[in-house]
Amino acid sequence: MRFLLVEDNLSLAAAVEDRLRMDGHVVDHAPDISVADDYAATADYDLILLDIMLPDGDGRDFLKAHRNRQGTTPVIVLTARSEVSDRVGVLDLGADDYITKPFDFSELEARCRAVLRRHGGGSSNQKRFGSVVFDPMAGTLNIGEKTVSLRNKELRLLEIFINAPDRIFSKSKLVDRLFSYEEDVSENAIEVYVGRLRKHLAGSDVEITTVRGLGYRMSLA
Amino acid sequence: MSRGLPTSGSIRRRLTLQLVGSAAFLASLLFVIVLSFTRDVSQQTHDSILAASATSIMDSVSVRSGEVSVDIPYAALSMLGNVSNDRVFYRIAQDDSVLTGYADLPLPDGAPPRGQPRFDTLHYKGDSIRMVTLARRVSLNGQVSDVVISVAQTREGQAAQLAELTRNALQLGLGFFMIAAFLAIWAAQSSIRPLAELAEAVSRRGPKDLRPVRRPVPSEMIPLVTSLNRFIERLRVSLSRSEDFIAEAAHRVRTPLATVRTQAEITLRRVERDENRASLREMIRAIDESSRAAGQLLDHAMVTFRTDSLLREEVDLGALSRELLNRLRPIAELKDIALHSDLPQTPPLSGDPILIQNAVRNLLDNAIKYAPPESDIQVILRKEGAELRLSIIDEAGGFPSGDTDALTARFARGANAEGTIGSGLGLTIAREVVEAHGGRLTIAPSQATSGPPAASPRREGSCVSLCFPMS
Repeated sequence: MRFLLVEDNLSLAAAVEDRLRMDGHVVDHAPDISVADDYAATADYDLILLDIMLPDGDGRDFLKAHRNRQGTTPVIVLTARSEVSDRVGVLDLGADDYITKPFDFSELEARCRAVLRRHGGGSSNQKRFGSVVFDPMAGTLNIGEKTVSLRNKELRLLEIFINAPDRIFSKSKLVDRLFSYEEDVSENAIEVYVGRLRKHLAGSDVEITTVRGLGYRMSLA
Repeated sequence: MSRGLPTSGSIRRRLTLQLVGSAAFLASLLFVIVLSFTRDVSQQTHDSILAASATSIMDSVSVRSGEVSVDIPYAALSMLGNVSNDRVFYRIAQDDSVLTGYADLPLPDGAPPRGQPRFDTLHYKGDSIRMVTLARRVSLNGQVSDVVISVAQTREGQAAQLAELTRNALQLGLGFFMIAAFLAIWAAQSSIRPLAELAEAVSRRGPKDLRPVRRPVPSEMIPLVTSLNRFIERLRVSLSRSEDFIAEAAHRVRTPLATVRTQAEITLRRVERDENRASLREMIRAIDESSRAAGQLLDHAMVTFRTDSLLREEVDLGALSRELLNRLRPIAELKDIALHSDLPQTPPLSGDPILIQNAVRNLLDNAIKYAPPESDIQVILRKEGAELRLSIIDEAGGFPSGDTDALTARFARGANAEGTIGSGLGLTIAREVVEAHGGRLTIAPSQATSGPPAASPRREGSCVSLCFPMS
């Protein structure tokens, strides 16, 4: 996906960019509103991440202007203020959602997913691997005629595998990416989800294999 | 508002007392003047009749063959009988010898005036009498002799008349006093009214209304209103400055925290060694904890601030909960927690929407945070009598004790909170909000089988309810 990140704090912007690129997204970074205007005018983005306090103005002004020029790209506001007092203004001005700093990337991801789903984006994001068609936005898996609805953790696990076929993921890495840092989970919890995915994938030419002592890998049978 | 303030009397009472006091003084003065005037008039009338009687007797005095002879005309005494039924006395004397009449009728002190009638108020036979004395000099056998005529009448009739006059004067004075007192109270009331109106207009304002007072006031009140406006302006500036300060402070603290957290997440993806990974996880947890605590402390400060002067607006609890659920759904989905809601249309309640939203959000946050993955959370709104009850039912195992007070104390956390990030202010905030609205927060173990869809067999949990009274 293609992101426009409007954030004046350069180290935070760099970190967010790095983190988004890790998941294979394309990111343009605008440090202020005027650069953001230029970017928004010249390229199409799937999502705009917008900070509120910017050196050359208020992020809400950009939001208003964006909506006034019929910009349909969904906007998620990054706010550092108290959730309550900012909420009203931001959502009323046409933001699709907001997230408070510091944020959990899986929460940001979940919010992006929810916003894009609401905007009806998705079909272009379908991923095909072997005989399996996976729609991360809708959370569905198609194997031939069969359609399976995935739970959130199953969906994210499948996304991790499908984005890097044949790569071996250790249990601990998968735990990091699947569970929030609040949850104390044993690495064995991963086995439950891998087991469920295997059941969903039964009948296709895709299989998840256990590499003893190293982890799991998804590949074509 | 003035409760507990020392008062230095009431302007209205003082004004009323002063005006009523003046009215009383003027009424008494009026009474005295009217009384003395009418008394004089009545006395003069009486006196002139007495004088006429004495004069007509005097006219009948003649000197016949060297002797004074008096032929008292009938009318002289009967005219007095016309005035009242009082007894009449008379005496006719020549020099020192009484010719006829009551010899013991007291004589006025001093010489009788010549030509002019003299009036006296005296006592005779135990009664008060009014007496006129008239003297005339006659020549008798070449000698000068004084004929003195006194006519007197008891004063009972006059006293009765005087009592009547006094009563009339008293009624007049009292009537005047009543009218004046009524006007005084009205005047005090109406001169104090602009002050009362200003006070009401200011106290009727919502807690967020910091506009200057613009209503027209009497010129005497201009200095008061000017200083009030200056005060309001200072308050507004200082409030907005502290709001800006909090926003700025939060921004300054949270932005670097966000950088650190993101970097830590990236690093966690890259490092392989288990002990490094464990410390990175710890780091992220600490960041989450501090930012959540900061957020809840800010929330709590705001709740305390706003409950001091509660805003009253119509709040649709169902719509508000629905919006919150939509917002929290992505987070719940991360743990595969299903949020079910049963939010029928209910009458609005009156309160501060931001506070109520904050309370519900804190409860939902808690529920999502403590609930196990792949569990259900139900949000149910019911109208129960004169109450709206919003219940949040989770499957988090329930609170160890049902002691609401202990659980909602600041920074208290249930025993199942082990290993979960939180500052323990969520329930406190919710409770303070609902109590500020005159409601209550209850915590109960949730029953096993009530309510809509339970996808998986229901596990034990708790049911936290906010009960708001309807206006």
